[in-house]
Amino acid sequence: MIRLGVNIDHVATLRNARGELHPNPVKAAKYVKKAGAHSVTIHLREDRRHINDFDAKKICSIKKLLVNLEISTNPKIVNIALKIWEGLSQELNYNVMFSQRGVMNLAHNLQDVRDLKRRTHANRLNGIDAVYLNTEQVKKFCPIINTSQDIRYPVLGGTLQRRAGTARHDAVAWGYARGADEMGVDIIQNCEVKGIKRNGDTVEGIETTKGFIKTNKIGVVAAGHSSVIANMAGLRLPLESKPLQALVSEPVKPVIDTVVMSNAVHAYVSQSDKGELVIGAGTDDYISYSQKGSHDIVEGTLNAILELYPIFSRMRMLRQWGGIVDICPDASPIISKTSIKGLYFNCGWGTGGFKATPGSGDLFAHTIANDEPHKLNAAFNINRFVSGDLVDEHGAAAVAH
Amino acid sequence: MFVINCPFCGEREQSEFKAGGEAHIVRPKQPTELSDDEWAEYLFMRKNIKGVQFERWNHAHGCRKWFNMVRDTSNDEIKAVYKMGEKPPIE
Ligand SMILES: Cc1cc2nc3c(=O)[nH]c(=O)nc-3n(C[C@H](O)[C@H](O)[C@H](O)COP(=O)(O)OP(=O)(O)OC[C@H]3O[C@@H](n4cnc5c(N)ncnc54)[C@H](O)[C@@H]3O)c2cc1C
Ligand SMILES: [Zn+2]
Repeated sequence: MIRLGVNIDHVATLRNARGELHPNPVKAAKYVKKAGAHSVTIHLREDRRHINDFDAKKICSIKKLLVNLEISTNPKIVNIALKIWEGLSQELNYNVMFSQRGVMNLAHNLQDVRDLKRRTHANRLNGIDAVYLNTEQVKKFCPIINTSQDIRYPVLGGTLQRRAGTARHDAVAWGYARGADEMGVDIIQNCEVKGIKRNGDTVEGIETTKGFIKTNKIGVVAAGHSSVIANMAGLRLPLESKPLQALVSEPVKPVIDTVVMSNAVHAYVSQSDKGELVIGAGTDDYISYSQKGSHDIVEGTLNAILELYPIFSRMRMLRQWGGIVDICPDASPIISKTSIKGLYFNCGWGTGGFKATPGSGDLFAHTIANDEPHKLNAAFNINRFVSGDLVDEHGAAAVAH
Repeated sequence: MFVINCPFCGEREQSEFKAGGEAHIVRPKQPTELSDDEWAEYLFMRKNIKGVQFERWNHAHGCRKWFNMVRDTSNDEIKAVYKMGEKPPIE
């Protein structure tokens, strides 16, 4: 059945702008219901510019009316992950080179400024201590940034999350692998999954290059290749796999002690402990598993990098590569059961799944063990594409795509 | 980076084009008669194939026309290019 939902948020905006009690969003919700709508949408903004707490309470108490309350879910997972990151080296007894050097996101136009301020508020509402910086503060925090206002992408400000940072991804994989191995997990290397055996709507096992493995539960965490595995089980996912590129320079002495990102120009840069600049670009718009992206994407990124950091103009790049990122239409991940019993997917992390690894891992394990999602990943089920409850949080999740 | 043979303009660099995703997804004639599952299948679910894929492209910085392409997504090799409404030249 097709259901009708009406967004009544701006009734409140209008009321607030007038500074009167009219029009009344609670009355609007009742009208909408009377006219046959099944749900209303309200957005409890951090600045309460639309609906306020009193309206929300009243509207939620209207009987038999579904309320779609827009608040953010992504940050909770990422915040859990951050807490785990902070003690991960100790827990695994393996140095994952976790370095909380801060992550700054730059704003280059007025819309960026609005979006980033909004993200800061969304973060803070979720208990994440982000701050907004003006141009001078950006310059003070990272002196090599060119903050002149006459450049193509002038820096108008930025956000800073001081506890954010970097970790060495190989070390994370190795540390986790060793920890899991010690706990009795069998890790079978160089073993490709070729097929999923189903009996009706239940899984029975997987075919691999080393033989058949019988099991009644399969957790798939195959990132860019998630759709390939899903196709083996006769399932389709709402994903597109695209190239995402990165570059690493020759090593130099310490010059940048934080991570600076810029979503508007699709460029980010940090410096590894070995002294190499690590530069990231944006995704290509076409599907590809070729593990190489197009040249103009890298060129665009380097144009922006050079304008923002003229000091890098004579750096040489040592390596450049493309990975495959699986992107959901709403830019949020999937940590979910499927229509096939015993088959679970953790995918759709796109360009931003590394930071969430520990949190997403814990929640996925919970989902598989209990055959039910944890309350923190319940919203990230595949069924949201059927019900329409998309988690459209480009801002709160701070993803570039 | 690859070169695309636009059926209207000829060979141009890929950077002139915009990818439009999976081709030949037929819009349901009666959306109101579909179940939520069927609508989600149409709207969101994709094959996202590793291998030979049929897809739509737009010559955005050229003639701005849409056309279809058959491409191997595992190595970006283009197998065929054909106009909208034409039958795919390969199975
Ligand atoms: C260039 C680039 C830069 C990025 N930068 C960031 C960043 O700065 N911050 C961030 O948070 N995220 C970043 N990401 C995204 C992040 O890397 C991913 O979201 C994350 O690694 C996904 O983790 P995963 O464990 O889900 O999958 P992966 O780590 O990709 O693991 C999937 C595994 O599945 C295996 N596999 C696939 N098919 C099969 C099969 N048939 N049989 C057996 N095994 C199979 C693969 O070999 C792989 O080992 C970046 C990605 C790229 C490509
Ligand atoms: Zn053309």
